[in-house]
Amino acid sequence: MGRRTLVAWKKVCNREFVAKVIFIVSASAAVLAVGLICVFLLVQGLPAMWDIGIVSFLTGTDWRPTWTPPLFGILPMILGSLYVTVGAVFFGVPVGIFAAVFMARFCPPYLYKVLKPAVNLLAGIPSVVYGYFGMVVLVPFVRGHIGGNGNSILTASILLGMMILPTIITISESAIRAVPEEIYEGAVALGASHERAVFFTVLPAAKSGVFAAVILGIGRAVGETMAVRMVAGNQAVLRMPHEILSGTRTLTANVVIELGYAADEHRQALIATGVVLFVFIMGINIAFSMLKKKDGL
Amino acid sequence: MKRRKPRDLVLFLLTWVCVGVTALVLLTVVGYILFNGVPYIRPSLFAWEYTAQNKSLMPALVGTLMIVGLALALAVPLGVFSAIYLVEYARRGSRFVKVVRLTTETLAGIPSIVYGLFGFIFFGVFLGWGLSLMSGSFTVSIMILPLIMRTTEESLKSVPDTYREGSFGLGAGRLRTVARIVLPAAIPGILAGIILATGRIVGETAAIIFTLGNVARMPNHLFDTGRTLSAHMYALANEGTHAGEAHATAAVLLLVVIILNAVSSKIARIIKAN
Repeated sequence: MGRRTLVAWKKVCNREFVAKVIFIVSASAAVLAVGLICVFLLVQGLPAMWDIGIVSFLTGTDWRPTWTPPLFGILPMILGSLYVTVGAVFFGVPVGIFAAVFMARFCPPYLYKVLKPAVNLLAGIPSVVYGYFGMVVLVPFVRGHIGGNGNSILTASILLGMMILPTIITISESAIRAVPEEIYEGAVALGASHERAVFFTVLPAAKSGVFAAVILGIGRAVGETMAVRMVAGNQAVLRMPHEILSGTRTLTANVVIELGYAADEHRQALIATGVVLFVFIMGINIAFSMLKKKDGL
Repeated sequence: MKRRKPRDLVLFLLTWVCVGVTALVLLTVVGYILFNGVPYIRPSLFAWEYTAQNKSLMPALVGTLMIVGLALALAVPLGVFSAIYLVEYARRGSRFVKVVRLTTETLAGIPSIVYGLFGFIFFGVFLGWGLSLMSGSFTVSIMILPLIMRTTEESLKSVPDTYREGSFGLGAGRLRTVARIVLPAAIPGILAGIILATGRIVGETAAIIFTLGNVARMPNHLFDTGRTLSAHMYALANEGTHAGEAHATAAVLLLVVIILNAVSSKIARIIKAN
């Protein structure tokens, strides 16, 4: 090998190496981002939680940041998030699962060509537009036809139910499509009708994928901020579940409403609220990825 | 139509009803916003200056374009490079790959308000960038990173291995193979992902108002505050005084998202056809 080729070879080798390093560093960016998010939320949030007292922070029923001494209890907000999420599941999950079954097993191809982009568009509509729709359409509707002043747990639940539909439909549909055709054919060969085969053999076989869809939908509902803040009334007062026509404040709404002007301890308490939210979401995500792995999606 | 047993008929009808409800939700939201908003889209809405009388959306539109441009400039190279590493370089099942996948999934699940909170603490306060284009674009670029990575990965994987083998066989190195053979073949898929990410940025509110801020003026430099269309929409909805402008802004925002969605799925369809 001549000297010239050796130099040229080294140059190529070098470029390969540099490129590989750049690619590895880029791939580490996501890891770095998650690390930074965890560290900065925890470093700012945990001391505040400690000062307030973890128990009185999580189970305190009064949120009075302007009092002296201030009270920081987020139980009303935890319950608020819980109520609107349960409501969203109530409105969104049955419709979503049936719609997914339709898309995967009943849908004529010409209709599918329209429905699939429609569901994608539903997922793409910004949450502030949903929120605005809720403000100008759902709130007056609930006020006029059901009761209360319209800004309520019920309104937020309906709106969130609409918003989680595309998540539920898309993931359930792919879970149903992933079920081996033999299961369906076996059922039909044994004399089951199309509906019976789909609902009593295919759907149970896609169970964990459908559960994963529901869990991801729950994650969306818990984390949704703008839309909920625009229709839920946002009172930071402890509410009991039977009052679905009264307002509530969620963890997310608490942060978005007060972070703009909060200072010192108040700001720290809001960051701690974010930490609680973050922990909830992490739990939901872990459950989701475990189910997803089980189903081999 | 063949005769069905009662239970089958009920199930059959339920699936139709539920799909009908889904379609109705979409039609109601889109129809209402467009029907009420489009008549209010007037030239004054696009006036260069925002005033108390004329709630022009122009500053917000310019702010949106700036945030989209900056965030894409940050996230696209990072996302594409990491996807290249994961698909073309890393050994299957290596520990590093597992960690990257786990963190990417984590990023994808974090709600936007938590991004807003983090961006506010880290970029705004810790790095001292305050409410600025820089804080805003860095924050949303982290947010769209998983989306870019996933779509790029998928389109890299869909490039047949024979392309790579052919390139290696002709004596090209790995970098040349990736840059000249694999990447060009994967461009449409990556583009579809970028457009989807653009839609996500345009629709983002909670992460924007605590990092970019929500001030109705054109940002003059990288560390200047401003607002995006969604933040503008949020502000108008809260003020509640300019219903016409709010309707029109919602319509503009929705139209932008619909167009981005249509372009993205069009590209996806072209890929599928090839």
